[in-house]
Amino acid sequence: MKLELNVDVHHLTRVEGHGNIVVKVRGGKVDEARWDVVETPRYFEAMLRGKHYTSAGILTARICGICSIGHCLASVRASEQAFGVEVPELATKLRLLAKHGETLQSHALHLYFLAAPDFVGLPSAIPLIETNPAVVGIAAKIKGLGNRLCEAVAGRATHPVSIQVGGMARVPDKKRLRELRDELVALGPALTTTVELFQTFKIPAFSRATEFVSLKGDKSYPWVGGDLVSSDGVHKSERDYRAMTNEWVDERNTSKWCKLSRASFATGALARLNNNYALLGHEAQVVAKAFGLLPVCHNPFMNTVAQLVELVHVVYESIVLIDELGSVSPNASTMGEVVPRVGRGVGAVEVPRGILYHEYEYDKDGYVKTANCIIPTTQNNLNIHHDLRALAEHYAPEEGMTDAKLELLCAMLVRSYDPCISCSVH
Amino acid sequence: MNYLHIELERPRVAVFDFTDCEGCELQLVNKEDTLVPFLRSIELVNFREAMSETSDTYDIALIEGAISRSDEVERLLQIRARARVLVAFGSCACFGGVNRMKNELSAEEANRIVYGAVSKETLPVRAVKDVVPVDFSIPGCPVNKVEIERIVQHVALGVPFAFEPYPVCVECKQRFTTCLMDLGQLCLGSITRAGCQAPCPAGGLGCWGCRGPAEAANVTEFFALTKERGFAPREVGERLNFFGGFGDAQREGDR
Repeated sequence: MKLELNVDVHHLTRVEGHGNIVVKVRGGKVDEARWDVVETPRYFEAMLRGKHYTSAGILTARICGICSIGHCLASVRASEQAFGVEVPELATKLRLLAKHGETLQSHALHLYFLAAPDFVGLPSAIPLIETNPAVVGIAAKIKGLGNRLCEAVAGRATHPVSIQVGGMARVPDKKRLRELRDELVALGPALTTTVELFQTFKIPAFSRATEFVSLKGDKSYPWVGGDLVSSDGVHKSERDYRAMTNEWVDERNTSKWCKLSRASFATGALARLNNNYALLGHEAQVVAKAFGLLPVCHNPFMNTVAQLVELVHVVYESIVLIDELGSVSPNASTMGEVVPRVGRGVGAVEVPRGILYHEYEYDKDGYVKTANCIIPTTQNNLNIHHDLRALAEHYAPEEGMTDAKLELLCAMLVRSYDPCISCSVH
Repeated sequence: MNYLHIELERPRVAVFDFTDCEGCELQLVNKEDTLVPFLRSIELVNFREAMSETSDTYDIALIEGAISRSDEVERLLQIRARARVLVAFGSCACFGGVNRMKNELSAEEANRIVYGAVSKETLPVRAVKDVVPVDFSIPGCPVNKVEIERIVQHVALGVPFAFEPYPVCVECKQRFTTCLMDLGQLCLGSITRAGCQAPCPAGGLGCWGCRGPAEAANVTEFFALTKERGFAPREVGERLNFFGGFGDAQREGDR
């Protein structure tokens, strides 16, 4: 057994944003294990003050370049809750379709471009363009379809334009939706290939018991709004999100920390799946079972597999959504009436990396007085931090362990959370 | 890069991110229908969000994000010293972007609102050109991948690229989008630099001016029009201020 091991990763690669990993093993014992978030803060909650409600969603979309649709949805939901706006059903369905497009592109990006290279011993997916163009083609096909769904419904994939307080500013072209439906149906073989590819990957057998927080699905797998639930049995309403996150400022990190019943908790695809497994579609459950992924799974590396399960789920749910949209009258309204008033509203949305909360307090003219955004990766950061120590303790005694091997395991662990670090600091 | 059996040189491109959302660099791996030929047309040697490979030798440095901390200034100076060509990539790099609105508050006030008693280091947000010389600027929030592909083609062929002198308005007309100003919405399309293909008005959102002023923008007439249509100065001001590209125009509005 190696008595001394060192991992020192400055600005971890293949994740969104800037974070560092430090692990020191001395005398065979883990002396130090840290996840440091060093991202530059942008002070969104300060910039939101004094902004008109029509600007809030446009500004907060810029918190994240990967899940801007999720931020926009949480933002408009918070404003709508504050003003008591009734969003037409057609708009709700369109929003969900845009969200599924985002989940598709974001999960595909993580699965193929950020996570997969570690399992095949490559530094990135770029060399595959020459050595295995077929796999890059499949990744681009899935991710591209997600982006085109977003463009058709929300006007743009990154920083959407049609999602506005009240509903949706326009209805997508029906012919375009039918084309996208055909593409979704035709995606089957690409999904099968993806599942087969990931089945060849050796996922580290590591577990650390933790708490999982997500929205609580009622009749369907949850995405937008509703009650909050944890795998330790905590159940709260959307408005009580602060009691679910208990955020505080840490001296060392620009991201805040969160906790609930234990030292830390996790949110994301694995949390959603652990808490809402029975609500996954049949096709998605088949994939989950093929990987032996059943609730409650405490292996953080399985979050990547949970994303794959969700990828399959949203493809099939999107087909159903487009069918439902086809039967809606073309003259149906997509915008509810918006009358600003003094009030406070909360929007909770399950975005690719977990549960996202926006809360705004408005004055009578619809200008933001105070704002609070709690990001999924903010909630995950402390869990990642504690996981790193447990991971080092688990693998350090292993025969033949080296600095490089431990570094790869640590990097893979952090990547499995698909962290959005800029977002977590915002 | 090989087309019709002709080999062209691939520029070595490095991508670096600062104060931002990383949405612009994400566009480099979007537009999937042409992704493979695009990635073959350049040699990506540094792209932390998507690659673990790194190199300190590169021709073109794409700088994403504004500059708002001392370690960012240091990192940017180092990149400037290594790069032959430094590109401000996206509105944050070009103008400071939405981040610049933080400058309306003192660092103490911004910290008090966000971090309470445990304040973090922050400097007034600056555009990249306010810290180091910039060779080329590509605005947009996010940048438009179609435009990026065109610029790369110009670079490969050695033909200078020029932005359209006209505003977004022209691109709305080209795609038959009903004028949102005529529908009663505020829109900066008449004064904002084209090249984005006007996705916002087409999606039902007035232009927010993320690309900054067009060369041929008639700002005086724009202010006369917003006044005539009854838009509140607060709304017009908030809009012009949003992405940081309209500093001069805004001062004209204040007069």
